[in-house]
Amino acid sequence: MSYLTEGFTLRSWLTTRDHKRIAVLYMIAITAFFFVGGAAAALIRLELATPAGDLVSAETYNKLFTIHGVVMVWFFLIPSIPSVLGNFLVPIMIGARDMAFPRLNLASWYIYVLGGLFTLAALIAGGVDTGWTFYTPLSTQFAEGNVILVIVGVFIVGFSSILTGLNVIVTVHRLRAPGLTWFRLPLFIWAHYATALILLLATPVLAMTLTLVALERVFGIGIFDPALGGDPLLFQHLFWFYSHPAVYIMVLPAMGVASEIIPCFARRPVFGYRFMAYAILGIATIGFLVWGHHMFVSGQSMYAGMVFSMLSFLVAIPSAIKVFNWTATLYKGSIVFTAPMLYALGFVGLFMIGGLTGLYLASLALDVHLTDTYFVIAHFHYIMVGGSVMAYLGAIHFWWPKISGRLYPEMLARIAALTIFFGFNLTFFPQYLLGWLGMPRRYHEYPPEFQVLNLLSSAGAAVLAIGYLLPLCYLGWSIFYGKKAPPNPWGATGLEWQTASPPPQHNFEDPPRVTRAPYDYA
Amino acid sequence: MWAFLATEVLFFGPLFFGYVHGRAFQPEAFASASHHMHVVLGTLNTAILLTSSFTMALGLRASQTDRSPRLWLWLTVLLGLAFLGIKGYEYTSEWSEAASAAGGEARFYFLYYATTGLHAVHLAIGIAIVSWLALRARREMPIEVTGLYWHFIDIVWVFLYPMFYLLERYG
Ligand code: HEM
Ligand SMILES: [Cu+2]
Repeated sequence: MSYLTEGFTLRSWLTTRDHKRIAVLYMIAITAFFFVGGAAAALIRLELATPAGDLVSAETYNKLFTIHGVVMVWFFLIPSIPSVLGNFLVPIMIGARDMAFPRLNLASWYIYVLGGLFTLAALIAGGVDTGWTFYTPLSTQFAEGNVILVIVGVFIVGFSSILTGLNVIVTVHRLRAPGLTWFRLPLFIWAHYATALILLLATPVLAMTLTLVALERVFGIGIFDPALGGDPLLFQHLFWFYSHPAVYIMVLPAMGVASEIIPCFARRPVFGYRFMAYAILGIATIGFLVWGHHMFVSGQSMYAGMVFSMLSFLVAIPSAIKVFNWTATLYKGSIVFTAPMLYALGFVGLFMIGGLTGLYLASLALDVHLTDTYFVIAHFHYIMVGGSVMAYLGAIHFWWPKISGRLYPEMLARIAALTIFFGFNLTFFPQYLLGWLGMPRRYHEYPPEFQVLNLLSSAGAAVLAIGYLLPLCYLGWSIFYGKKAPPNPWGATGLEWQTASPPPQHNFEDPPRVTRAPYDYA
Repeated sequence: MWAFLATEVLFFGPLFFGYVHGRAFQPEAFASASHHMHVVLGTLNTAILLTSSFTMALGLRASQTDRSPRLWLWLTVLLGLAFLGIKGYEYTSEWSEAASAAGGEARFYFLYYATTGLHAVHLAIGIAIVSWLALRARREMPIEVTGLYWHFIDIVWVFLYPMFYLLERYG
């Protein structure tokens, strides 16, 4: 009897308190949002295939990139790994029967859906054109459309994040199996623990800041709008105080995933385990201190800029430690290039490029040239799409046998992984060049000399789209026709592989005991 | 619970930040608006809330020493309600002033209403929980956790009180 066969009615799913079923609910919901955000992206790239702004009007274009950003950041990427794989795996990896607060867990899914409905309502009612950053006074005075609806949506979904964070923290503190000391935790757990801390400490700031924007818009009182005696820089500080840590919400779980997959398919214990754990905590901490690098040209003081620049360089150190340690883990390993491994290696490489170009942007003088160009777009897409989405897909493949109880078709999966890697680079590498040449972001038309690179990018987007549709098809197929998975198809260590695939409702027949360090490959 | 309180602190954060910013850049407006606050009522309320924290603590102590915490819990609820009542009176009597204010003063009032309003909502939730505890006062109850929450609300007010009532007047 597995968790999947505990009941087949819709009701049994919608009222479940089983963390594994909630994870599946999340997976379905965020996949839907991924394709909403993807559709907007497809239209954006279609418009940019030609220099003239001919496909959509400037207003529509603004709405497209806004909805793309809002949906991808808050409704896909932030909940992706933590709420799907974190939800599924955190209790199993620590040998617990469930999360600490199962009802709260289900509630956070409903809150997520409610927030999503508000955002979709805004989309149907005509969209918003502020960009995902909601800069004031644009968002409070000038923007047309349904700013309030979207803000309410993001506000609500924030509480879903906070509750998930709370749940993970308490679970990791209270429910570890006997013998599972902190330094025997898989790095996946460390990463989720740090992510949960950020969720808990950063998200409320966003919630209140957006509330102030909404109130200012409704009552016309100047908190952020200079015409009313407010200060737009105040908004930017508050927004980025959340949003820079938020980028680590999006990437730390991905690092956790890579730290599970790479040792498994290199058949070597992860190199420098403690350093990896400390690096995660280091990134989470320093990540709170660098928000000003988004504001170098905003008019903040030059000295503040210098400090933020330096701190941004500092945050690259723990990130680099992680890249070096993954590489060292591979060294002399007997590497098997399965689909999850391809995704994980793709993650490391693309994350590295994204991180290094982050250092370009963190250099004050260079940033004056590069800010608000396609270079910035390429930078964060390398990390968020090349890094986090790759890792998310890698994780879905790696744990698919555990989640669904079925094996996916390996050859097809490898083809899809390579298609995505190729499509991704074709889409976003030209954007580095475009930004370097000075093409600004957020315009729906551009001078003809940029067309070749833009066309390459749009072609890449088409390849990428096919790459993303492939797993949807064959994973769906495998649910019904895939081979039944054994408990441990990869020969991996970790408690989740010691129970059946798919696991029973309370995860383990007998509560496990832990006697050894993680990554006991040799 | 501590994790939850940490979230709460950061939830109030932007409001405090907005206030500090306003005070730094529009000191005169903030000072003059602050003069319209009811200092006496504010002080009275501070005393009420501090007392309620005390009764809450006594309730916890009672439950730990096997006596009934009921009386203390009801007293806490009563004090909380008194606070809200006075606050409500303040709100209505300041409203006309606030509605006609402009510029920096409007900003002061806006932050005042938003921050103390959020605080009042928290207090109302606190009152509901404590009444629930008092109604079904049994042994293994989350009194300690509720107490933490209550003291948290209290501490927030201890910051709000000087911010809005005192600093500009005497600062
Ligand atoms: C090595 C660490 C990193 C450094 C030094 C860094 C640096 C920067 C800088 C300086 C900017 C501002 C560029 C500008 O607006 O002119 C920026 C933008 C951005 N970065 Fe990073 N970054 C790093 C890692 C990340 C990570 C891990 C993510 C996401 C997972 C990320 C996502 C973003 C996003 C979304 C923006 C653009 C926001 C916007 O304006 O819409 N960055 N980065
Ligand atoms: Cu940043």
